[in-house]
Amino acid sequence: MLIRNLCNIALASTVLALSGCKGGILDPKGQIGIDEKNLIIIATVLMLLVVVPVIVMTLYFAWKYRDTQTHEIYAPKWAHSNKIEAVVWAVPIIIVIILGAITWVSTQALDPYKPIEGKGKHLTVEVVSLNWKWLFIYPEQGIATVNELVFPANVPVEYKITSESTMNSFFIPQLGSQIYSMAGMETKLHLIANEPGTFKGISANYSGAGFTGMKFHAIATPTQADFDKWVSDIKANSSANNLTHANYVELAKASENNPVAYYGKVEDSLFHTIVMKYMQAHGDMNKKHNAMSEHGEMGMQHHAMDKHSAKPSHSQDEE
Amino acid sequence: MSFLGKLSLDAIPFHEPILVFTMAAILIAAIVITALITKHKKWGVLWRDWITSVDHKRLGVMYIILALVMLFRGFSDAIMMRTQLALATSGAPGYLPPEHYDQIFTAHGVIMIIFMAMPFMVGLMNIILPLQIGARDVAFPFLNNLSFWLTASGAILINMSLVFGEFAKTGWVAYPPLSELTFSPGVGVDYYIWALQISGLGTLLTAVNFLATVIKMRAPGMTLMKMPIFTWTCTWANILIAASFPILTAMLTMLTLDRYLDFHFFTNELGGNAMMYINLFWAWGHPEVYILVLPAFGIFSEIISTFTGKRLFGYKSMVYASGAISILGFIVWLHHFFTMGSSANVNAFFGMATMVIAVPTGVKLFNWLFTIYRGRLRITVPVLWTLGFMVTFTIGGMTGVLLAIPGADYVLHNSLFLIAHFHNTIIGGAVFGYLAGFVFWFPKAMGFKLNEKWGKASFWCWLIGFFLAFMPLYVLGFLGMTRRLNHSNNPDWNIWLYIAAAGAVVIMFGIISQIIQLYVSFRDREALDDTTGDPWNGHTLEWATSSPPQVYNFATIPHIDDIDAWTDIKEKGQAYQGKASYSPIHMPKNTSAGVLMAASLTAFCFAMIWHIWWLAIVGLIGGIAIFIKRCYTSDVDYYIQPDEIAKIEAAYNSSGNKELKA
Repeated sequence: MLIRNLCNIALASTVLALSGCKGGILDPKGQIGIDEKNLIIIATVLMLLVVVPVIVMTLYFAWKYRDTQTHEIYAPKWAHSNKIEAVVWAVPIIIVIILGAITWVSTQALDPYKPIEGKGKHLTVEVVSLNWKWLFIYPEQGIATVNELVFPANVPVEYKITSESTMNSFFIPQLGSQIYSMAGMETKLHLIANEPGTFKGISANYSGAGFTGMKFHAIATPTQADFDKWVSDIKANSSANNLTHANYVELAKASENNPVAYYGKVEDSLFHTIVMKYMQAHGDMNKKHNAMSEHGEMGMQHHAMDKHSAKPSHSQDEE
Repeated sequence: MSFLGKLSLDAIPFHEPILVFTMAAILIAAIVITALITKHKKWGVLWRDWITSVDHKRLGVMYIILALVMLFRGFSDAIMMRTQLALATSGAPGYLPPEHYDQIFTAHGVIMIIFMAMPFMVGLMNIILPLQIGARDVAFPFLNNLSFWLTASGAILINMSLVFGEFAKTGWVAYPPLSELTFSPGVGVDYYIWALQISGLGTLLTAVNFLATVIKMRAPGMTLMKMPIFTWTCTWANILIAASFPILTAMLTMLTLDRYLDFHFFTNELGGNAMMYINLFWAWGHPEVYILVLPAFGIFSEIISTFTGKRLFGYKSMVYASGAISILGFIVWLHHFFTMGSSANVNAFFGMATMVIAVPTGVKLFNWLFTIYRGRLRITVPVLWTLGFMVTFTIGGMTGVLLAIPGADYVLHNSLFLIAHFHNTIIGGAVFGYLAGFVFWFPKAMGFKLNEKWGKASFWCWLIGFFLAFMPLYVLGFLGMTRRLNHSNNPDWNIWLYIAAAGAVVIMFGIISQIIQLYVSFRDREALDDTTGDPWNGHTLEWATSSPPQVYNFATIPHIDDIDAWTDIKEKGQAYQGKASYSPIHMPKNTSAGVLMAASLTAFCFAMIWHIWWLAIVGLIGGIAIFIKRCYTSDVDYYIQPDEIAKIEAAYNSSGNKELKA
């Protein structure tokens, strides 16, 4: 009985939390997040169709066939029934077929790489996870920010994501999906905010000591004009702050709980350089004196490479 | 390079009050235990009958003692994490800085999976599996001893990291590039590598040993489809170990080469690829969770059929369902990283493959239900654990299927929802199973039953504590809290973090109840004595011998005609029938080779961690030399003579017959 009560309490408190919760994934403010919330609810209800009967049957059977109930039928050798076997295999199979179909369709629909259609032109933001902060580069606007992401509501945003060093996961819970950021690789994510607001953004993959402080604000402005004004303000106020390769190397050094920072100018193709830096370094084995090698860490890598430069592997060339 | 490599007095963390306290406690405990053993003159007994023993039952007991000690350690970590998160709300820093906290959650994961759950499972398998198939020992008794000591070596190494240096600050998955030298220059990851490597070797050897035992040493008449269900589920788990642990070994070797010899398997630079590590890790890691849970399923099956006084419903279904789970367990690993950016088709395939596992698992639950149906269920402590499992695990299974849907995982991945899910299946599935098996088979291993009252208290504390500790984590996952955070600043989260911490305290009362239960039961062991070897009216062969069993297990190996072999023997009236004459029994001799080899290899691993190259060479060569010496030893066996067997068996049969008449 206690078990059942506990389940009820757990269920009730969960429902309470779901209805009252603000700022979580069950309080989505963007289409992707809304679709994912609905998917969670549909799948859960479907599974409860099996889960609830199993729990009820467990407690009921245990109660009904306890050893003091000597008037109940006792069949110690009864251990097989084709009918029951057919049912116990069929019921989970049917549920899984339905869930499988939902999975196939929803995975295609919610593919993070798939552009959001029918909402007009995309805004592109390039995201770089650094130890331990987020760099957002706006290639079309020619600006960059640290730990603050701004975009207009109702405009689909395409995120191109990479990492300077360790693996992180770019995640704005209220807008939907997350995607890993990995060094030397570019991953993609498409999100949209259905209404203006300020949402929490986090790294959802542990990346070392400063990981907890790796937070940012994702701000959806009410209109495109508001966004444009934000961009022009940064250009006007932070024009002296230019994100060159050299400045980037400085920024990439490990730091914790970074304040928001703005860059009014960004060197062309900085994001591409970050993604390709391990490849480029490999391809230009002898070109040691590019901007990045001034950084101590990069110096070490070059040192390491010198030892191996005689035997480049083929797979790297293919990449 | 100095004589002690990187090791110096600075490596001992005197500046950490918690660690100094822990070290002092360990030191005092060690002194007390040493003094007690010396006072009671038990060193000889300890060495002859336990440390060098090749008896599978004694090794099983030692595995479980190791598991319980490591449970204590892993649970201390858990309590520290929960109190840290309950204190560090609303921007407060708490009492554990990331430097320390990050080691704790890494150690908690590694210890609970590798050094608590695995030894507990292997311990129960050691004690019971050979008895269930009517064997006198395992196929390779010396290897079994070596496996235990290799596992213990890993546990010793991980505990040494408390005193010397640090443990990994990477999470228990140790994903590169974080675990590479660039980002983890300390010895923490090296402790991780060598502790897992050496205990993994032990686990792999155990699997090979028990597969050979099951294939070659079953009692006459016991066909594969007459094997007890626990033996079957252990066999599937052993197949999984044999197939998946080499992946772990290879992966760790590659990480070792990266860290020690400047290779670039997983580094960012020079074409290394961390994604390969993540794939390899889960190609091992996913089967690993089935390795933990399948034997637990077997335990529940045995308990349910024993305490309902019924045959297990759908035995064949159970065997095939376990097999299906094992095979499917190998093709779902990618669901641990749907968010890595695979294409929709790939993610959907792995999501659906994962869901298919719900089918055989669901079948098992239904089969347990129909075993209870029309039975006479005795509500004992093992049954309580089983019922608690069936309710808890069903919820954990449901959240697992939810996480298997990529679209849902995109927002739930790495959140506390995930943490709640896997604790729900590993505690609610595997650990409840081991604790059930512990109570169920305790009289077989030790000769007396465990106190029922404290057992029930422990169960209720564990169950209630579990729900209090982990249901809030589901909610926190929905509220957007991700895992491995050191502190939080969100007022909506606070209440759930407090409840979770309270839950951990309730579980602690469960563990304390178990300690009291052991003490009370040992004190009252004469009243709780199991004279017949069959305290629960069991079905399978482990109950067909005395408790604890004689070193040779069975004086004569019975012929098997039924799945429930012992029930069959009892029904035919053949139980407790001594023989007029016995044949000599061929038994393996105890050996110190296992413990010495493991000690050498522990020294090797420790030396590798600290770059003490001379000691590494000595340790490695020492280990190999002891092994070669053992290979050329011919004095490895002896015979137990018939008159001695007759004397022992007469006592067992007379007390069994007395019980039958009463």
